[in-house]
Amino acid sequence: MQTQLNKILEEAKAQLEKAVNIEETEDIRVKLLGKKGKLTEILRGMGSLSPEERKVTGQMANKVRGEIERLLEDKFEEVKAAAREAKFKLEKIDVTEPGREVKLGVKHPITITIEEVSRVFMNMGFSIVEGPEVETVFYNFDALNAGPNHPSRDMTDTFYITESTLLRSQTSPVQARTLRKQDPPIKVISPGRCFRCDTPDATHSPMFHQIEGLLVDEGITMADLKGTLDRFAKELFGTGTRTKFRPHHFPFTEPSAEMDVSCFKCGGKGCRVCKGSGWIEILGCGMVHPHVLEVGGLDTEKYTGFAFGMGVERAAMLKYGVDDIRLFYENDMRFIDQFK
Amino acid sequence: MLVPIEWLKDYIDLEVDTEEFCDRMIMSGSNLETCQHFCRDMENVVVGRIERIEKHPNADKLVICFVDTGDEEPVQIVTGAPNVFEGALVPTALHNSVIPGPIHGQPKQEGGVKITKGKLRGVESFGMLCSAGELGFEDKVVPVAHKDGIWILEGDYRPGQDFAEALELKQDVVDFEITPNRPDCLSMVGMAREASATFDKPFTYPDTDIKKEDGKGASGDFVTVDIKNPEGCKRYVARIVTDVKVEQSPWWLQKRLMYAGMRPINNIVDITNFVMLEYGQPIHAFDITQVKGGKIIVENAREGEKFVTLDNNERTLTEDMLLIKDAERGIAIAGVMGGLNSEIEEDTTTIIIESANFNGDSVRATSKKLGLRTEASSRFEKGIDPNLCEAAADRVCRLIELTGAGRVCQGRVDAYPSPEKAKTIDVRVDRINYVLGTALGREQMEKILRGLEIKVEGSGNVMTVTPPTVRQDLLEEEDYIEEVARIYGYDRLPMTLPKGNSEAGRPADRELRDLTRDSLCAMGLNEIQTYSFVSPKGVDNLRIPEDSWERAFVKIINPLGEENSVMRTILTPNMMEVLGRNYSRKIERVKAFEIGNTFTESVLNEDGLPDEQYSLCIGMYGGDADFYALKGIVEELLRVLGIKDVMFSAESDYGVYHPGRCARLSVLSSYEDREDGGLRDELGIMGEIHPDVAEKYGMKGVRVYCCEMMFDAIIRHSHTETVYTPLPRYPASSRDIALLVDEDLEVGKIEEVIRKNGGTILESVKLFDVYRGRQVEEGKKSVAFALTYRDKDKTLTDEEVTDVHGKVLEALKEQLGAVLREM
Repeated sequence: MQTQLNKILEEAKAQLEKAVNIEETEDIRVKLLGKKGKLTEILRGMGSLSPEERKVTGQMANKVRGEIERLLEDKFEEVKAAAREAKFKLEKIDVTEPGREVKLGVKHPITITIEEVSRVFMNMGFSIVEGPEVETVFYNFDALNAGPNHPSRDMTDTFYITESTLLRSQTSPVQARTLRKQDPPIKVISPGRCFRCDTPDATHSPMFHQIEGLLVDEGITMADLKGTLDRFAKELFGTGTRTKFRPHHFPFTEPSAEMDVSCFKCGGKGCRVCKGSGWIEILGCGMVHPHVLEVGGLDTEKYTGFAFGMGVERAAMLKYGVDDIRLFYENDMRFIDQFK
Repeated sequence: MLVPIEWLKDYIDLEVDTEEFCDRMIMSGSNLETCQHFCRDMENVVVGRIERIEKHPNADKLVICFVDTGDEEPVQIVTGAPNVFEGALVPTALHNSVIPGPIHGQPKQEGGVKITKGKLRGVESFGMLCSAGELGFEDKVVPVAHKDGIWILEGDYRPGQDFAEALELKQDVVDFEITPNRPDCLSMVGMAREASATFDKPFTYPDTDIKKEDGKGASGDFVTVDIKNPEGCKRYVARIVTDVKVEQSPWWLQKRLMYAGMRPINNIVDITNFVMLEYGQPIHAFDITQVKGGKIIVENAREGEKFVTLDNNERTLTEDMLLIKDAERGIAIAGVMGGLNSEIEEDTTTIIIESANFNGDSVRATSKKLGLRTEASSRFEKGIDPNLCEAAADRVCRLIELTGAGRVCQGRVDAYPSPEKAKTIDVRVDRINYVLGTALGREQMEKILRGLEIKVEGSGNVMTVTPPTVRQDLLEEEDYIEEVARIYGYDRLPMTLPKGNSEAGRPADRELRDLTRDSLCAMGLNEIQTYSFVSPKGVDNLRIPEDSWERAFVKIINPLGEENSVMRTILTPNMMEVLGRNYSRKIERVKAFEIGNTFTESVLNEDGLPDEQYSLCIGMYGGDADFYALKGIVEELLRVLGIKDVMFSAESDYGVYHPGRCARLSVLSSYEDREDGGLRDELGIMGEIHPDVAEKYGMKGVRVYCCEMMFDAIIRHSHTETVYTPLPRYPASSRDIALLVDEDLEVGKIEEVIRKNGGTILESVKLFDVYRGRQVEEGKKSVAFALTYRDKDKTLTDEEVTDVHGKVLEALKEQLGAVLREM
C-alpha cells in the first residue's frame, strides 16, 4: 500500500509536469483527490488494515495527500498566470486610436464675457438687475438727462416702436429704473442687449451688448469710482494692469470719464491690439448726474454715486482677437466651438 | 476739430512738442482723434522754375519741361499735367527724392514715395513735378487755382530752395474729437482757451483792431437790419466793406485753411472761413448791389416759397424756415446757405459782412427738412454764443484791411434785441471735495477756474462764478466740479474703495436661465445668440397659421430693412436660419440652443411696453439626432429645473412640425381635477420639423429637430431646492411585463394606468422595449416595462407584491385591452 502511495505521488508529479492549462490540472485533481480519485480510494480502503498498519499508512497517506495538494496549488497558480498572460496578449489594444467623442457644449462668447465681468463685480458685492429691451423714451433719454435735441434721439440713430417707445440704445435706462425701484445703498450691474441704427460691417452691429454699473450711497466719491474700476480691471485682466481715466462727456454723468487699461496683449509697450498706444479704451464712466438721481427722488446733497458702461462685443473682440463683429451673430459652429 | 499747431501758437506760447501737447490735452478733456505730420516724409523736393517746354515726340498728352532747380543745367522732367507753363514756379521732386504721396491714383504709403529718374515713352525724366495731393494734401483742400494739376506757386521764390522750407510746410495738425457739450471748442480760440488752462499759460485773442475805417461812408448808410423773428435770430451784425478786390488770398492765409481742412477759394471767402475757424462763428458775405433797398430783413419764409441756393439748387421752403430777405425777396436761408442771387462775384466791389446768431433748433429743423447740411448749419445747430458776432465781424474787417482786400466802412449795424448774459451761480468748495473725494483748497480751485476765464467772486466756502458766455455748458454746480476735476487732473485724484458691505444677488429668473444654459452645455449643446429683430417672413416660412399670436409683432418704425423690421415672437425661425446656415457650410451635425427675449404686441405693461418674455429654443440635426434624443435632453433639463408632472401629448395639426412627430409639453398646474388629469399649463412644443419647412431653410431631406419653451411657464413650475430622500433600507422587488397592445396606443397611456394602480409601493415604471414584427400580429405592438415595488418601511412579501401587481395587470387588460405576453 505504501508502494502504491509512492507510485501515485510519482504519477501525480509526472502528470502535473505535463499539464499546461487549468482544465488539465483540474482533471488531475479530480482523478487523484476527487470522490472517486485514486488517493481517496486508498484512504477509504484503509479501514481493512490493522490499527498498527493504519497508523503508519495513514501518516504516509496524509503526507502524500499534502504533497499532492501543494503540487496542485503550485500548478494551478502557474497555469492561471499563464492563462491571464495569454488573455492580456489577446486583449491588447492600440492606445493611439482616438477616444470615443464626448462633447461638452460651449457657451456663446458674448455670454462668456458677460459672465466673467459679472463675476468680478459680484465678488465686489454688486447685484445683477435687468431691464426691458423695448424701453420708453423716458427711461432711455429723458430720465438720463439727454436734452430734447440730443442727436442720439434721432431716427437715424435709434430704432423706434412708437413715439414714446423704442429699442433701448444703451443699458443705462436700467440705472433710472433701479433708482426708482430701490433705496440706497444701490450697487448693481446690468448686462443686456442694445440697439442702434448701424448697418452691419466688421466693426458695427445694429444689436450689441453692454454691461451697465451703478453704485449710489451716501458720500460716494470719484475716488471710489477710480478705486472700484481699477480693482475691476486688475481682477479681469491681471494684477499688473494699470488704468487711465480721461475726461469725457455723457449726459447722465458729471464729471464723466473714459477708462483705458494698459494693453493686456503687450503690457503697454505698444502693439497691434492697442494700435501702438499701449492703452485700450474699455469703458465710459462718471459721477451720476444729480438730475438722474432726482428721477429716483433722492436727496442729491446726501447721496452721490457713480455709473459705468462697457461694450461687451468690443471687449470680447479684443480678448479673443475676433476681427469681425458679425461672426458673433452668424453662429457658425466652427466659431462657437473655439470658446471651450 | 483740426488744430494746426503753428496756428494755435498765434494765441498761446506753447513750449512743448506735439506729442506732449496731445498727451496733456487728452488728460484735460480734449480727446485725440489723430495727429498728422505734414511733409514729414519729404526729402530733396525743391522749388523749380520751368524754363522751357517742348513737345514729347511719342505722346500727345506728355510734355518735356526743362526746369531750373538752382543748378547750372536745367533738369529735364516729363509731365502730363495740363497746367504747366514757361516761367511757372513748381515743386520739383529730384532724382532720389521722397514725397509724402500718394501719387495720383495710387494708395497712400507709410513713409512716403521714393522718386527716381526713369523713362517716359522713351524720353528720360530726372524727377517729377508735383501736385499738392502728391505732397500730402487732401484733394478737398487744394486751392482752386491748381486743383487739377501741378502746384503753381504764387510769389517770390528762388529756384533750388528746399520746397518745404520755403513754404514752411512741415507742420503738425492735431484732430480733436469735440463732445457735443463743448461747441465752443470747435474754434481755434476755444482750443487756445483749453490749452491755456491745461498748460497754465495766458492766451491772447485775435487782433480785431481796425486801424483805418476808410471805406466810402459808414456801414449804417448802406444797410438797415430788421429782425422780425427774434426767437430765430438773436443777433445780426452787419458791416460794409467797399473797394473790394476779389483775388487769391496771400499764401499764409491759404495755408492755414488747408491745414484746417478747407479749400482756399478767394480772399473774401477765405477770410470769412478763416474767422469761422477762429471763433466758431459762421460769416456770410453779400454783394450789396444785389441787396435791394439796402434792407436786411430776418423773417420766416412763405409756405411753398421757391429759393435758389448758392449750389444752384432750387428749394421749396416752408413757413417755419427763417430767411434773410432784402426789400423784395429772399437772399439767404438763415444759418444754412446763401442765395445764388446775392453771391460775391469777381467784379463785386461792395459787400455786406453778416455775422449773425441763429437759433440752433430752427437751423437744425430747416437743414433736416431741406436735406442740406453745411459747415455753418452744423455749427449753429450745436449752439453759438451771440456775443461773438461783434468780434467776428470786426476780425473779418481787420483781415480785409490787413490783406488789402478792401476798405472797411465806419461802425457796424448791430441788431441785438435782448443781449445774452452769462449765468452766475454759487459753487461750494466742500461740495467739490465731497464729490471728488479730494481735499483741495479754495485757492487751488479758483486758480483752475480763472484759467478757464471763469470769474470767481465771494469768499469762504462759496465761490460765486460767472463763465465766459461762450461756455454754454456751464450751468450748474456739477459742471464746475468737472472743470476743477479735469484741469486738476483725473490721474491725480485718489483711488479708494467704497465703504460699506453688500451682498451680491441675481434675479431668480436669471438664475434659472443660467442653470438652463449650464445644463444644456453639459449635455453637449452649443449656445447661439441671434438678433432680437427679425423678418416677419420667418413665421411664414414656419407655416404658422394666419391669426396666431406668433404674428402679433412689435414693429419697428425705422428698421434698417425688412429683415430686421419686427421683434421676434418666437426663437424657432432664427434657430432654423442658424441650422440652415451651418448645414450649407457642410457642418455635419449641430446641437444648439438659444435663450433670448421674445416680444408680443398684445399685452402692454404699466409703462406702456409690450410683453417681453424669455424663451428657450433647442435645435439639432445630424449625428444621432432624432425625436427621442431631443426628448431625452428636454426631460433631463426639466428634471434639473425641478419641473414635475410634464405631459407630452401628440400634436398632429401644427404646420411647423411633422404631423406624426410632434408633441406639446404641458405641466400640471392644479391638482383640483387630478382624476381628469388636472388643469394643464402650456410649456412648449417639440418635434421633427416639417420637411417643407426644413426645405425653406435649405435643408431639403434633412431631419431637423426643434423644441421651444416659454420661460414664464418654466419659472412658474420650477422647484430647484433639493430635499434629500433617505436611501432605501428595504429591498425592492422587480416584475418585468410585456404587453400586447394596439399599435396606436401611446406608451404614456399605459404608464398612466400602471401608476394609477400601482399604489404607494410602486417605485418606478421603466419602458425597456417596444417590439413589432415576428410573433406579433399586424396592427399590434409589444411593449415591455420593468416595474419596481418597494416599501420604505418594511420588506415586501411576495404576496403583497403579487397582490398589487395583479391589480395592475387587471386594470391594463380591462382599461386598455392589454394582453400579457409570455416573457
